[in-house]
Amino acid sequence: MPSESPNHVLEFPGGYTRSVGPVIGRFLSELRDGRLVGVRTAAGRVLFPPLEYDPDTGDAVTDEFVPVGPAGSVQSWSWVSRPLRTHPLDRPFAWALIQPDGADTALLHALDVGVLEEGADAPRFLKTGMRVRPKYRGRGKRAGSISDIECFEPEVTMINAPTRLEYDLQGGRALDHFLEGVSQGRLIGHRCPVCEQVIVPMKGLCPKDGVPTTEEVEVADTGTVTTYAVNNLPDPRAPEVPFVSAYILLDGADLTMLALVAGIPADQVRMGMRVKAAWKPREEWGKTMANIKWFEPLDEPDVPFDAIKDYV
Amino acid sequence: MSRDIAVVAFVQTEHTAEDSGRSEVELLAPLITEIKERTGQKRFGFTCSGSCDYLAGAPFSFVSALDAVGAWPPISESHVEMDAAWALYEAWVKLQHGEIDTALVYGFGKPSQGTLREIMTQQYDPYYLAPLGLDQVSLAALQARAYLERSGAKEDDLKAVAARSRAAGRDNPFALDLDDPGDDGYDVAPLRPYDIAADADGAAAIVLAAGDKARELCERPAWITGIDHRSEAHLPGVRDLTRSESTRIAGEKAGAAGVQVAELHAQFTHEELILREALGLGDDVAVNPSGGALPANPVMATGLIRIGEAAARVQDGTASRALAHATSGPCLQQNLVCVLSGENHG
Repeated sequence: MPSESPNHVLEFPGGYTRSVGPVIGRFLSELRDGRLVGVRTAAGRVLFPPLEYDPDTGDAVTDEFVPVGPAGSVQSWSWVSRPLRTHPLDRPFAWALIQPDGADTALLHALDVGVLEEGADAPRFLKTGMRVRPKYRGRGKRAGSISDIECFEPEVTMINAPTRLEYDLQGGRALDHFLEGVSQGRLIGHRCPVCEQVIVPMKGLCPKDGVPTTEEVEVADTGTVTTYAVNNLPDPRAPEVPFVSAYILLDGADLTMLALVAGIPADQVRMGMRVKAAWKPREEWGKTMANIKWFEPLDEPDVPFDAIKDYV
Repeated sequence: MSRDIAVVAFVQTEHTAEDSGRSEVELLAPLITEIKERTGQKRFGFTCSGSCDYLAGAPFSFVSALDAVGAWPPISESHVEMDAAWALYEAWVKLQHGEIDTALVYGFGKPSQGTLREIMTQQYDPYYLAPLGLDQVSLAALQARAYLERSGAKEDDLKAVAARSRAAGRDNPFALDLDDPGDDGYDVAPLRPYDIAADADGAAAIVLAAGDKARELCERPAWITGIDHRSEAHLPGVRDLTRSESTRIAGEKAGAAGVQVAELHAQFTHEELILREALGLGDDVAVNPSGGALPANPVMATGLIRIGEAAARVQDGTASRALAHATSGPCLQQNLVCVLSGENHG
């Protein structure tokens, strides 16, 4: 590899002038106008980009130029995660063989699949057979060159539709009272007068027996993971992936609560694992469950499955 | 074939990954001296070389390499701007004319002085390919993906080719000493660094001789029983990149069937798999016992070295029939197959 300041440079100042002839010249002229044309061979195939001679027979092609594309299919591709200075794009991109609709051969060009960081792997949607279209340079910037196509881009297969509605929600009196407790660092629930289960957060009635509940019970901020999920899609409340959401049976409660688990690698979370709430600093507390950032592992032995099997 | 022609001597440099400080002439001179001594010949009926001026960025730089040969009084000489395997083909044709009995063929390359994958862009079509800034590895990776998708082969199959080639290369004192392929990330996907032949500076030389002259110069000449080369269309978009039809035809014409050893000029792991298929090489054929091009790619000599290595297997008795393959152009565009045998009219 030459150094940053090579001691010898081979260059044709101003570039090397080449005549293009009637076949390639027609293609490049049409390209400058923003059109793709192939040329028909005597055998009826459409060569794109046009060649003067049929590669199958060596015979001169006909003088029939055929509009092709602009859409086409990827025949093969390679993925450049770190572009060279000679490459047409300065961010990760694919080289692709692209066969426009109506053509029988393929054009090699760059395929831009969007903004990616240097070193990025190819996106999963990039596949042989993918439908793509040329992205032309602006009219005044085209020079009658293969680079009049800046690159190809995937066909539009999806749009992103923004959705937003605004609400003032009320959780109800029971939940309001529960959150009042949370704002003071307490977790409270109700004991059902019939089944005697402690319901956290309370709803003011027992969903099992259908009776009102009023007896307040405070439960601990420690508990046991009964089951969990490892999430690989980021969520506004858990932007780092993977994150773990778990059902936690608080000590003293008889219903599980959905919460995040952190402070442990996702692949080490277990059913039966003992955990404790990680509270935000007291000065940041409000009437919200966000006071608890997540649950963290406690240095205690796991609870046997039998003890939690009814809460899974 | 009117005349029996054989490889009677083969020499090569210990190829280096870095610039050793030697010029092209300095790489060649010891080889030419060695092969003159080995054959006892001071002059040859014909001299032909293969090299690429773009490697040094100087037009007609191949002419200076003649200093290593000693060209006075004037010698009969020619050059191809290709791998020296094609120089050997030209020398073979010249020998077939019947006016000479010996020919010296050599090739050399010093890719360490530039950026090979960008230099190779100079051989591309100037209208449709070169202006894109397309490089050699990106283009090879396109072929690799097309082959993997058509054949069902996996990237691990490519890795196995690299592992076998590197292990063989470690036993070859002329090749680079490369570790077993590791968990490399992609270079241009789907190719990883170990899928790409290791650039090396180096040179090689072969002496061909005809009939009794060959028997006089060498105890067991490696007779060329068939040699043929074929080319496909240049633009990758008009070819079936997943197969090498030109190799298949050249193999048939040269008589590839029944060889025990094959030295394939595969500069990328997937190329070996495409070539095996095109030549119909079964598992009983030892492919690239030298390591092939992957652990040492002194460009423009690499194809000639395949012929030299195949001839060496015939001369040392490991094989009675051996095949050598050389390639030129992007994505195995042009392919040469040479079959060598220990027996006359083998």
